[in-house]
Amino acid sequence: MKNLPLLFLGIFFCLAFSWTGLILSSEIQYGGLKPIALEEGETPQPQAIVGEAQQGRLIYIDQGCLYCHSQQVRRKGYGADWERGWGDRQTVPRDYILQPRVLLGTSRTGPDLMTIGQRQPSTEWHYLHLYNPDITSKGSIMPPFRYLFETREIGDAPSPDALIFPDDYAYERPPAGYEIVPTERARQLVAYLLSLKVDYELPESRFAE
Amino acid sequence: MSPLLSFFSSIDPKARPGIPVKVQLSEIDESMRTPSILFLSAAVCWLVIGSFFALVASIKLHSPDFLANVEWLTFGRARSAHLNAMAFGWANNAIFAVSLWIMARLCKTAVRHGGLLIIAGIFWNIGVTIGVIGILTGGLTSVEWLEMPPQVAPILAFSYILIGVWGVIAFRFRQLGHVYVSQWYILAALFWFPWLYIIAQTMIFIEPARGTVQAITNWWFAHNVLGLWFTPVGLGAIYYFLPKVLGRPIYSYYLSVLGFWSLALFYNWAGVHHLIGGPIPVWLISAGIVASVMMVIPVIVTAINHHFTAVGNARATWASPTLRFIVFGAMSYTLASLFGSGMALRDVNVVTHFTQFTVGHAHHGVYAFFTMVMYGSIYFMMPRMLNREWPSAALIKTHFWCCAIGIGIMLVGLHVGGWIQGMMMNELTPDGNPKYTFLEVVHALVPWLFSRSVSGVLLTIGHIAFFVHFFWMLAGPKISRYREGPTLLLDSIRGEGKAG
Ligand code: HEC
Repeated sequence: MKNLPLLFLGIFFCLAFSWTGLILSSEIQYGGLKPIALEEGETPQPQAIVGEAQQGRLIYIDQGCLYCHSQQVRRKGYGADWERGWGDRQTVPRDYILQPRVLLGTSRTGPDLMTIGQRQPSTEWHYLHLYNPDITSKGSIMPPFRYLFETREIGDAPSPDALIFPDDYAYERPPAGYEIVPTERARQLVAYLLSLKVDYELPESRFAE
Repeated sequence: MSPLLSFFSSIDPKARPGIPVKVQLSEIDESMRTPSILFLSAAVCWLVIGSFFALVASIKLHSPDFLANVEWLTFGRARSAHLNAMAFGWANNAIFAVSLWIMARLCKTAVRHGGLLIIAGIFWNIGVTIGVIGILTGGLTSVEWLEMPPQVAPILAFSYILIGVWGVIAFRFRQLGHVYVSQWYILAALFWFPWLYIIAQTMIFIEPARGTVQAITNWWFAHNVLGLWFTPVGLGAIYYFLPKVLGRPIYSYYLSVLGFWSLALFYNWAGVHHLIGGPIPVWLISAGIVASVMMVIPVIVTAINHHFTAVGNARATWASPTLRFIVFGAMSYTLASLFGSGMALRDVNVVTHFTQFTVGHAHHGVYAFFTMVMYGSIYFMMPRMLNREWPSAALIKTHFWCCAIGIGIMLVGLHVGGWIQGMMMNELTPDGNPKYTFLEVVHALVPWLFSRSVSGVLLTIGHIAFFVHFFWMLAGPKISRYREGPTLLLDSIRGEGKAG
């Protein structure tokens, strides 16, 4: 091969072609999607998450939860997402437009979390699970996140969100006079988990029967 | 003459007829010595660092209480530190050394002003170090293959450009004549990588695309790092060393042209197969699947070409450290790519997607193919640059067997374990409920994850053997054992001086 301009052009063209075809064309096709209301007068969906939950997303990102958890529900009939109760409908591009960083994930070492806020609404459950997943889910291989909690002396009265360990896990209990409570980071993270819901329909994706 | 012009003319090594090729080559090797050795030393150090993080992450996955309360080593961070240390530390440094060296040799141009290359190389490694520390200390981005805090991207991009441009300069001032297939692969890769990296950084971090367009950009990038960066350099190296060491020409020029262009055309569409079933337009997924299946063409073509070049030389192949690793890599390339095409089919993907199967597949490509080829290349380059032989055949054998058996165990463990994981995840009872609870799936997977840690120990031993051997050779006396000829792995061939 001696025709060098052709070589250069080919090298350039091949990558430009795929960039145009995959990325630019999707940006044009649906980069401008907006929240939409199913019927007039309803709130347009999706809505952005705010406040503590928004902070919690940053914890989710820097702890790398994504490497074991996806956030996407596939259509009923493709895989068992629907049967496992991971969502009432397939998620579609519009569901993600307000997320500053999309966390679809490619691993399901743990369950999908797209709708965990609906599936597991209990704050206590999440705290215990994060502290030591084995407590709520025997034999889990999810890492414990004990460092998102702190042990402190009990003040005038025990804190309402202090962790209560079952007898099997008595070894996790703090010494007498102390309690284990979530730090701000744990509270934000759980607020984020509880905010993960797909409880609305979109014109392009209705709840599956 | 303006300074700029005199700079350019000083890079041009001028064709020097009348000087024997061997002498020219050894001058080129000489000129590449310091930068190449810098890159390779960094690469080998990153290889060991990356292995440490790999082991930690792997053990955590089946025994989550291991180092559980050390925040900076939590699973998500340790596995990301592993990936980035390996991809940007080991692989990229190895690529810089191997690809620039092959390029300089094929272009018959010695490198002038190698000092710039060294400075750029130092900055590259500082960037990677900051990036990996960033991942461990809270800067993890959770964007696959781009986990380093985006602040290091400018350092990496800038130093990359200063490094990559040397390949282009060598090419620009090459001695006229035929352009060999390795040169296309390397030249293309040197252009593709910065382009991919800069676009991905821009569209994900600087000016984030909206919604799942981010995910498409992410997988366009991540898959192309394999397809348009590691793969072409790996193939370029195979195309260079296979005929070189065997002393016979490549089987077919036309097959190599076909292989190159079909790879360039199809590979970069394939990345979206990581999003099959996901929230992106269906036609994109179909395009990704078609491209993934079309990859069969370049893969088969290249496999035929390599096979018929090497065929009938099994003994020499086995005796030469370079070829033993490179042929292992070339065969893995064929197998891994065919698996990859199969995994893109919807019916297969519904099982393998989201499971350890994918992790196994990634190691099939990046380790069993690419990394093995880089090892082989390094075994060839070092003696040429240092004018001395590898000190110990036993260490080379240790390196080879630990890596070959280690990666073998990992591939079997993750492919089989991942397949079981996927099947259990999807299987329904006749009345339409999941047959296994999620925790049952997890429990079934644990023994397979354990086998991966076993493989990790073996691989790490291999890497340490290589590390020791590499620095032993570097520190060794100027010329050792040249009388005995190259270090070979079969005693009876020693002295024939054919392989190296
Ligand atoms: C090593 C992989 C891994 C990592 C990292 C991981 N998880 Fe998990 N996760 C699992 C596994 C396995 C399960 C299923 C067993 C269980 O409930 O513990 C799970 C379950 C969960 C559940 C319960 C889901 C359900 O349907 O009941 C939640 C919530 C969760 N993880 C949140 C998180 C958060 C938040 C993080 C990051 C701080 C995280 N996980 C990191 C593996 C992981």
